Amino acid sequence: MIEGRINKISGPVVVAIGLTGAKMYDVVKVGDMGLIGEVIRLEGDAATVQVYEDTEGVRVGEKVVSTENPLLIELGPGLLASIYDGTQRPLPDIMEKQGAFIARGVTVNSLNREKKWDFNPTIKKGAKVTTGDVLGTVVETKGITHKILVPHGLSGVIDSIEKGKFTVEDTVAVLKDENGGTHELNMIQRWPARQSRPYKEKLDPELPLMTGQRVFDTFFPIPKGGAAIIPGGFGTGKTVTEQTLAKWADADIIVYVGCGERGNEMCEVLTEFPTLIDPRTGNPLLDRTVLIANTSNMPVAAREASIYTGITIAEYYRDMGYHVAMMADSTSRWGEALREVSGRLEEMPGEEGYPAYLATRLASFYERAGRTVCYGEDDRVGSVTVVGAVSPPGGDFSEPMTQHSLRITGAFWALDTDLAHRRHFPAINWIKSYSLYKEQVADWFKENVSADYMEVSERAMYLLQRETELQEIVQLVGPDALPENERAILETTRMMREDYLQQFAFDDVDCYCPPEKQYWMLKAILTFYEASQEALTRGVTLSQIMSLPLKNEIARMKYIRTKDAVNTIKKLIDSIVKEITSIEVL
Amino acid sequence: MDKMLSLMQKQYSTISYVSGPLIFVERAKHVAYGEMVDIELPNGERRAGQVLESAGDMAVVQVFEGTQGIDVDKTTVSFRDEVAKIDVSVDLLGRVLNGRGEPIDGRGRILPEDRLEITGSPLNPVSRDEPADFIQTGISAIDGLNTLVRGQKLPIFSGSGLPANQLIAQTIRQAQVKSGEEFAIVFAALGISHREASFFINDFEKSGALERVVFFINLADDPTIERIITPRCALTVAEYLAFKWDMQVLVILSDMTNYCEALREISTAREEVPGRRGYPGYMYTDLATIYERAGRIKDKKGSITQLILLTMPDDDITHPIPDLTGYITEGQIVLGRHLNRRGIYPPIDVLPCLSRLMNLGIGADKTREDHRNVADQLYASYAQGRDLRRLVSIIGEEALSEADRKYLKFADDFESRFISQGDSNRDISETMDIAWELLSSLPREELKRIKDVFIDKYLPRIEESGGEEGEMGEAGESEAESGMPQGGNDFTPMMKDLEPNDVETLESVQSNGGTNEPVIRE
Repeated sequence: MIEGRINKISGPVVVAIGLTGAKMYDVVKVGDMGLIGEVIRLEGDAATVQVYEDTEGVRVGEKVVSTENPLLIELGPGLLASIYDGTQRPLPDIMEKQGAFIARGVTVNSLNREKKWDFNPTIKKGAKVTTGDVLGTVVETKGITHKILVPHGLSGVIDSIEKGKFTVEDTVAVLKDENGGTHELNMIQRWPARQSRPYKEKLDPELPLMTGQRVFDTFFPIPKGGAAIIPGGFGTGKTVTEQTLAKWADADIIVYVGCGERGNEMCEVLTEFPTLIDPRTGNPLLDRTVLIANTSNMPVAAREASIYTGITIAEYYRDMGYHVAMMADSTSRWGEALREVSGRLEEMPGEEGYPAYLATRLASFYERAGRTVCYGEDDRVGSVTVVGAVSPPGGDFSEPMTQHSLRITGAFWALDTDLAHRRHFPAINWIKSYSLYKEQVADWFKENVSADYMEVSERAMYLLQRETELQEIVQLVGPDALPENERAILETTRMMREDYLQQFAFDDVDCYCPPEKQYWMLKAILTFYEASQEALTRGVTLSQIMSLPLKNEIARMKYIRTKDAVNTIKKLIDSIVKEITSIEVL
Repeated sequence: MDKMLSLMQKQYSTISYVSGPLIFVERAKHVAYGEMVDIELPNGERRAGQVLESAGDMAVVQVFEGTQGIDVDKTTVSFRDEVAKIDVSVDLLGRVLNGRGEPIDGRGRILPEDRLEITGSPLNPVSRDEPADFIQTGISAIDGLNTLVRGQKLPIFSGSGLPANQLIAQTIRQAQVKSGEEFAIVFAALGISHREASFFINDFEKSGALERVVFFINLADDPTIERIITPRCALTVAEYLAFKWDMQVLVILSDMTNYCEALREISTAREEVPGRRGYPGYMYTDLATIYERAGRIKDKKGSITQLILLTMPDDDITHPIPDLTGYITEGQIVLGRHLNRRGIYPPIDVLPCLSRLMNLGIGADKTREDHRNVADQLYASYAQGRDLRRLVSIIGEEALSEADRKYLKFADDFESRFISQGDSNRDISETMDIAWELLSSLPREELKRIKDVFIDKYLPRIEESGGEEGEMGEAGESEAESGMPQGGNDFTPMMKDLEPNDVETLESVQSNGGTNEPVIRE
């Protein structure tokens, strides 16, 4: 046992002496209370430890014991529908043990040790297996089958395997390796949080992650395996957007990390998610969700760990061949945790006090996203998509967290305070935002939605950009100075903004808009535009066009129930053409 | 924090270094981080301090009352063997305490019922209950448009020279909850001047409000360090009252700007790496450990609601103090200098205000059924009036249509009658009645955000409908229509998170074509 003594305490940073043999990132128990910490610097026999719990009352001279393991995440059945703190301690269990407030030094198992799972072997005795092969399955929640995999680094012949009800610690199979060693396999695996889980090969992402949110899917799509950031000042709707994605994105598994945010918001997620139904599967949304809550008042070092805990769980489900989406709200709080610990270590600060290695850490986190061929003979393909919220100070995107994240991620969804004030939600600024993945997912949209999907999207974006230019003129000389055809552009883009880009997250129908409906809605608006342009050249006036009731019909499109949507909108398009072409010139 | 010294304590006279509010004590054995310290000066004076850092046999101690008079030879230091704690009792109600929780009203000591650590533990998110119900402040701009919900933390962003203290004093006088529930206020005045302190004390004595208030005073010339623990002491008392005595507790922290300055001062004294504008990098976390102590707990009747006053330096909302606060709190109330200049009190500029949790606290069984609709309508109409004001300054009032003039007048009336209320205490139905009266000056068909049933029920007199249809309220129009396919349900759910600040705060020139586009700045 490696044991040392505390020599220095400064906030979440503790220096221990006598920890000879301790390794970097080993987890240690600090003080008589046994607070969890992690070694982050070694100097001779002095080890600097960041402590995941409040250190008040800890004394110099108390012992520090190394567990000789890095921060390990327990992986196995029972993760789904759980809610953990930043170091994967289940919060309901902590509540049961300690009451409403989180006291210190509590140890609880991450996975329930009593619950029995129905294990169904998919291979027989004598089968030759290697890393990543499926031993059997467990129905973890309605709709999600948990695959029990051969742990990394093991291969050999199955000596015995049993069907039945087991706890995660019970042996379900025995494996004999080439050297004759036997390994008892249970359903629990442990993996170091800071280390990415290996895969056979990384693929280019090509399937879009359908979010059901028009502004994302149509203009700034993200693929399964991509990475996006949502920066925005306070009040712009970062959390609502993240929650909306967690609710409606067509991933198999959602890992939602509430990192240094409000307690009442996590409470809202916890109250709301169990009552929501996945529109695609009919199962409760919570059944596909893992929640990690490390609110802003919980210890800062654990906040730093929460991101890694989340992504490790995401990778684990990816390895089963699932498409996983991880939402991190907010990565800025994670960056600030880094900064705080770095400051306590008296490291030379980089930009705005952040450590110089901020960009490296961010890169190694976002690079854990991706679409991969997983280990296992069936060459399963899974993916991890990461959507990180960023909270730039003062809403200024030039700060280091936003800028470093931008360099690594492929989609930038910029939230805009002005739009939020106008109650344009989601308040995504369509001029500033971009997605580098558009090309990669274009084929999917062409094949599955419509051949001209991308053109429609680009035409619409062109008009929105024209609008910005025209607005500058309007600001100077007033709208009356514009020619009719340009005013028609403004009318069209107003429809786009109000009837297309704006989407009500809390409306029963509008909260989720399938891709076909998105396409036809946009098509209807563009048809309106083209028909009006054509009519204007005939000599019809804009006010004649605008006096048609079509405007209201277009505004109602978003509320048409999904099953009737496409047909109704197609009919609407016909009547748009018919009514506008039949206007007589005065 | 009484000054009793236990005989068990070791005394050290090994101070080696004194700097600013800090003293460095050598050869101190087994000192705990955050441990409380008693310091005895050569002249017999006693002071309190807290361990900031403990390294080997060296302890860094911050002295609450300042280091003046401390020497390295004769001053002795003894460690109390406990972290910062405060005596709590329900008898604290009606008492005036200093920043460390010691009575200063000359009414003797308090018999403690318990002694609690002031840092408090984080509330388990799983144990939290959603905020619900409201606290009536008697101020229309808050109750009507930015309702304070129990369990919420709502800051007031003020500027120097604005009557924030009057607003706080008025809130303390007037705040109440539904009858039958116990209500208490914990007021922590942070770094206030003697003038302000006597203003508050006189005000409370006159109104008799003091009996339900626990009043912590940390004066501007009190040592900076004390300011760091005052809000924590106040919240510990609040937690005790809320969760032991089932009270609905409103905690008022004023002024948090002074707190943040103190935080910066100490950080600098400790030679820490500074973050933005010299404030320490951990300021977000530090503020969160204060603000996040608001909330409700499952299976407990009490609640803690926070009203946080802070002064925006140079009225800059992107300054780190309001910025970090805004990221933690659930909305904000903003005071407007332009309103104050025109003599409107309270000068609450409702357009940038927001109460994110408002919908959890209002409605038929909490305030009134028409509350949400009326609030939305007031916002929309007022925003439109404000835009027109800007337009008038360019083109003159003569160029406006009849309908536009009604909006212009509405905005004026709204400010002078709804926002401005002087010292009067309006209950929620009075606030709503005034709102309806104001709305009745607009043509009925312009009230697009209010359900017809409410209009029929509450509109005092139906205005004869004018013919100005379709001239304004573009966004309101599209929403009103869009609700229809759902069978005319109201739109409240959409506004759950981000509230009414409105659609129509447009910079652009109005036109009857309604081309009011957002202007994107790159």
